[in-house]
Amino acid sequence: MEFGPHLLLATLEGAVGAAVLALTALGLSLVFGVMRVVNVAHGEFYMLGAVLAWVVATAVGGHPALGFVAALLIAPVVAAIIAAIADLTVLKRVDYDPEATIVATIGLLYIMQQAALMWYGPEARAVEPPFNHRLAIPWFEWGENGFEMYYPWGLSTTSYKLFVIAAALLILAGFLALMTKTKIGLVMRATQLDRDTATTFGIPVERVYALVFGLGAGLAALAAVLIVPITQAHYLMGHDPLLLSFIVVIISGLGSVRGTLVAALLIGMSDGIISVFFSPTLAKILATLLVALVLVFRPQGLYGKKPA
Amino acid sequence: MSVLQTKGLTKRYAGLTAVDGVDLTVETGEIHALIGPNGAGKSTLVGMVAGRTEPTSGEVWFKGENVTRLPAHARIRRGMAYTFQITSIYNQLSLLGNLELALRDSDPAKARAALDRVGLADRAEQLAGDLAYGHQRLLEIAMGVAQDPTLLILDEPTQGLAESEIAEFNALIASLAGDTTILLIEHNMNVVMELAHRITVLETGAVLASGAPAEIKANPEVQEAYLGHADA
Amino acid sequence: MTRSIALHLGLIAALVAAGLMLPAYHQGNLARILVLATYAMGYNVLFGYTGLLSLGHAMFFGAGMYGLGLAMQHGGVPALPAFGIGLAAAAALSAIVAMLALRTIGVAFMIVTLMFAQSAYLTVLYFGEWTRGDEGFVLQQATRQIAGLDLTNPLIRYYAALTVFTAALVITARMMQVRFGHTLIAIRENEERTRMLGYNTQAHKFAALVISGTLAGAAGASYALLFGYVGATFTSVQYSIFPLLWVLLGGAGTTIGPFIGTLFMFYLIDTTSGFTNAYLMIVGLVLVLLTLFARAGIMGEVRKRFAPWLP
Repeated sequence: MEFGPHLLLATLEGAVGAAVLALTALGLSLVFGVMRVVNVAHGEFYMLGAVLAWVVATAVGGHPALGFVAALLIAPVVAAIIAAIADLTVLKRVDYDPEATIVATIGLLYIMQQAALMWYGPEARAVEPPFNHRLAIPWFEWGENGFEMYYPWGLSTTSYKLFVIAAALLILAGFLALMTKTKIGLVMRATQLDRDTATTFGIPVERVYALVFGLGAGLAALAAVLIVPITQAHYLMGHDPLLLSFIVVIISGLGSVRGTLVAALLIGMSDGIISVFFSPTLAKILATLLVALVLVFRPQGLYGKKPA
Repeated sequence: MSVLQTKGLTKRYAGLTAVDGVDLTVETGEIHALIGPNGAGKSTLVGMVAGRTEPTSGEVWFKGENVTRLPAHARIRRGMAYTFQITSIYNQLSLLGNLELALRDSDPAKARAALDRVGLADRAEQLAGDLAYGHQRLLEIAMGVAQDPTLLILDEPTQGLAESEIAEFNALIASLAGDTTILLIEHNMNVVMELAHRITVLETGAVLASGAPAEIKANPEVQEAYLGHADA
Repeated sequence: MTRSIALHLGLIAALVAAGLMLPAYHQGNLARILVLATYAMGYNVLFGYTGLLSLGHAMFFGAGMYGLGLAMQHGGVPALPAFGIGLAAAAALSAIVAMLALRTIGVAFMIVTLMFAQSAYLTVLYFGEWTRGDEGFVLQQATRQIAGLDLTNPLIRYYAALTVFTAALVITARMMQVRFGHTLIAIRENEERTRMLGYNTQAHKFAALVISGTLAGAAGASYALLFGYVGATFTSVQYSIFPLLWVLLGGAGTTIGPFIGTLFMFYLIDTTSGFTNAYLMIVGLVLVLLTLFARAGIMGEVRKRFAPWLP
């Protein structure tokens, strides 16, 4: 393939990755923004979403679309409930102390990951996509015979990948509407601004925290249900999304929604594009180092304003 | 000779000027009180003097040396001591442990002597976190006094103290007068009038007036801006 | 002070005796535990005494391990100087990390150390030609000796591990008796207060991180030398979590806590892995239970309840 079509293909792959990453990172960012804690087990809720998607889809059977829709409805809710329980039984009891929360969520990470290994097993399993048409993509070029259109070999995507991008955008729009237009969104934002004041105004902060923690986990699980027909469900799959979400949240400045989306697009796209052209390991080394340095020298993120 | 001099000391936060070109001179051996309404920039000013806050512009001179670029710990080593507005002690350590750290010397006899000075010697082995609030405040002050500093900076030392404890505090500070120069931020006007040799009044980050207590009391601008207010 | 010396001497005497009395299997285990406990003691200097929670100590362990391993494997360097190279590598890496990471505090410090360690792990994978990546490489038996002592001999290996452990224990115990150690505790308890009492807290934190990282590197180099294997797993996130777990379990900020925690955890995992492949579940459960019910860890609780003098 020539460079141009190759780049377009990489961009499309990157966009799918970016869409899923945006949802996952938004979950992590929401939890950090409102509760001021880092959920190290975030990637495991993603894994949980994928594994549950397989379990639900297998149980439902019939047309793949039935199982997929069922998974889309059930998996995020189950993940959210598990997260809310974890919040109430563990995080609440350590009083959301930042360091204790990190240690406790590392513990949760192992518990969930190993529980998946025990009950789901070490295999990687695929979930069938609800629909999956191969779409060849035309390429335009100014050649000897003037303007030409042709279909380069290998330049294609699938209808399902386009669906993932569209679905992610829809969910993001829904999330933004939830945060800005509804009462519960207002309550979450008020809690984010000032926990003590929120308490004085009669906001049940503890229940808001459980809700936020559940919502964050639910977003990660939802992202995983979307991606699992393209990748596969595996008990160790939580690692990369966690790291990438960390990167996004750090780059964007902790806790800002708009920054998170921009950074997810940037990281997701560049991750896709870079790994098509370069050694993925080298790209990851450089990206990780770069993010560490951002946190060292610009802790407010690349988009955030310096706090006074 | 002046122990401390600030020249045009200024601190700006995003759009807000907390301290605006302050020239402050503290003479050797005096008790110099810094007063002013809440948000006048008193704590920011002494924060810049002690090196906790980096100034936007201006200079800090201590014992004839420009210390503006020195980190906080180096200023302390040159003879400043700083006590916090919000009590800041080692809760998990004994009173002796607290004093040994303050003295930068692990001789328990010296630490005990310093505790004795504030009447806490009989509690030397207790954990500082277990003390009553007033005693924690005294420990905080003791940690400053124990360093035998050239300049002792006290940020609202009597906040939350009972009347009897305030009297003890006044006696302690009066006993230091002459040897130790003291820069005192204080809201309690009785304490200020009893202790201070000189008073500087800050308002919205700038010096409104500076002089002997009687002059300050008589200054109509100060009365207008501050003394007449309820929180005086 | 004498009780504390008696405690440490007693522990070392018991370990000397254990080397002769234990059956081969447990002797081998204990040798491993002693090396890993050295790693935990290094971690404890930073986490337990200075109050800085690193999530990236595997990079220092790995620096020691690969410093020694690569020097022996590809440079033909004899064991003892290779050990020195391992130490130097760990010291240099911790100095660089300290310079950057100590500009941050709290949660940001944890994430920055995690990110640096992740880069180090990926770097090991990237240079797979030399490091052989996840698969790792085995150090030749014939090269694993110092001053004519064959470190592959189980008994010699045990006492070599005990020597490293003792050195680390003496260093940390002594450190906590002098002003330097007291200042680290002061920083842990209240950094701003400590700074405003005239201590250069940044320099102390730097020193603590370098000492901590170098001890971790000594453990990594010892592990490679004594057990003859060098692999990328030892630089993975998991090996950054382990010392945190051991120290939390044994008691952060106690001299012998790291050893107690490593000992318990080693046998807990050893037993569990006998009947399930999901034995890391134990790691998760212990971490959660510790944060919920026993933040001070085993020796920390002992100190609180029975022996306030415990160093």
